[in-house]
Amino acid sequence: MLQQLNEEKVFKDPVHRYIHVRDSIIWDLIGTKEFQRLRRIRQLGTTFLTFHGAEHSRFSHSLGVYEIVRRIIKIFQGRPHWNNEERILCLAAALLHDIGHGPYSHSFEKVFNLDHEDFTQSIILGDTEVNSILKKADSDFPRKVSEVIAKTYENKLIVSMISSQIDADRMDYLLRDAYFTGVSYGQFDIERILRVMRPKEDQVVIKHSGMHAVEDYIMSRYQMYWQVYFHPVTRSAEVILSKILHRAKALHEEGYTFKLEPIHFVSLFNDDVDLDDYIKLDEGIIQFYFQAWQEEEDDILSDLCERFLNRRLFKYMEFNPNVHMEHWHRLYTYFVRAKIDPDYYLIVDSSSDLPYDFYRPGEEEERLPIHLLMKSGEYRELSRESTVVEAISGKKRTDHKLYYPSDLVERIEDQDLKRKISEILEL
Amino acid sequence: MLEHHARLVALFDYAREVVGRKKLQKMVYIAKKLNFPFGEKYQFHFYGPYSEELTLRVEELCNLGFIEETKEKVSGYYQYRYTLTGEGEQFLNHYDLDLEPLKDCVTSMNEKPSRMLELISTILYFDHLSNEEIVEKIQVVKQKQKYTEEEIEEAFRYIEDLKSQQ
Repeated sequence: MLQQLNEEKVFKDPVHRYIHVRDSIIWDLIGTKEFQRLRRIRQLGTTFLTFHGAEHSRFSHSLGVYEIVRRIIKIFQGRPHWNNEERILCLAAALLHDIGHGPYSHSFEKVFNLDHEDFTQSIILGDTEVNSILKKADSDFPRKVSEVIAKTYENKLIVSMISSQIDADRMDYLLRDAYFTGVSYGQFDIERILRVMRPKEDQVVIKHSGMHAVEDYIMSRYQMYWQVYFHPVTRSAEVILSKILHRAKALHEEGYTFKLEPIHFVSLFNDDVDLDDYIKLDEGIIQFYFQAWQEEEDDILSDLCERFLNRRLFKYMEFNPNVHMEHWHRLYTYFVRAKIDPDYYLIVDSSSDLPYDFYRPGEEEERLPIHLLMKSGEYRELSRESTVVEAISGKKRTDHKLYYPSDLVERIEDQDLKRKISEILEL
Repeated sequence: MLEHHARLVALFDYAREVVGRKKLQKMVYIAKKLNFPFGEKYQFHFYGPYSEELTLRVEELCNLGFIEETKEKVSGYYQYRYTLTGEGEQFLNHYDLDLEPLKDCVTSMNEKPSRMLELISTILYFDHLSNEEIVEKIQVVKQKQKYTEEEIEEAFRYIEDLKSQQ
């Protein structure tokens, strides 16, 4: 029996009202430096530049996922297929599922060829405060936690509570992101969904009577993706962020001497990041360098940093690669002639650049779909029962946009060149 | 610009036709593990390595008219068939990808059943473990597929063959 705190601890939370902690191990994990670091990493990266309220951290999201799993377990206790000996494993995995995230994860991972999930595994299994606390439960406990998060653990029911098409992770981030961005369309009735969740051998299923609450959840995912996560202004900021990192790396590779030596970036530039270097990274560090790089001799790096920090973002236009390919080639040439480096200032961004999980009804065993538990005891895939879900899980909407700095185009002195560019960009 | 899309279109060009989404997922994953420059991020799902990014990119290519997706009903489930279109060929002409070595690899993988590709991609997913540990892992994560010892041996041999061709 794992030790319990003498008194329950609570965190006040705007989404779940209270987050309850009774297990010592959970309390201790929250206190580790690796978990506290999540306070310094925003959940939504650059979204705060579009929705100014979106300043919430991965720390609060991680606590939220833990709390949802805690509530699901209360519903599952005593039911078939639920083994209460796995309770603390579930809670620890829920709490730590995002522990490997770094600042502006998506751009960092793409530019520096990293995977936050590898760092999640390293933090749980390596020489860290998190690992030393997990080991107190059992020497094999860190391995189990890491396998649940990696989705390779043998008990698939537990995996599906934290990662599936209706899981604690998604439910928390949708509600939390809607709350902090201030949008109204991310809402759904989580209390209702939790009440109708049932454990099955290898996944969580939903009682048929809860189908409409799940429809709202699926709609919320759809709306949040197009209205918040893939907002073109946020994407513009992300494009610039990504180009800052590319530029800094390219300068390092050219042997450029930075005014301020980017010591926190050196292992990233050299594709040789160890856990200690990684854990030191947070948004404070990154913003510090962006501030400093505004003063760099390199015009591109200083300009991109100034744009990011002062929200002088790129403009955008719809771009269909099937129709506009020739336009793009011409623009590329014109930008070179205008001495605006197109590799940094002419960017096509696609919907697949920010992968988002649309609901998929189990097409050819790709992903486990949401199953409804019918009164007869049978299981039915959600979109076969719900016309709403069927409608939005059919043909998927995709999107491509071309990003460019309209202010630099405006300043081109060659009027003929400026006119040609403006015509294509419809300025 | 859109190089990742172009590399996928090149794969369809080499394969001529890919039948099954699962097969496509596993082919790209295996090619990626063989160091071909596919950038799609994979995670482990119930049926092995899976990339949502790849799924979305294929949907984009379909919506752009570069590849054609045909849905067919096969004994109780839907199967998807992908072929390159003329517009896809034109799109590919804009790129100089230098992916010739991928051709033999794609052709060879395309001849394998998706069940075997699922096993091969799972072995590659756990390639940081010893062979013995990989076999144990397969028994846990692929319990329902009931892979035989012969199949597992064949998968290991095939991986070595693919690697030796690089």
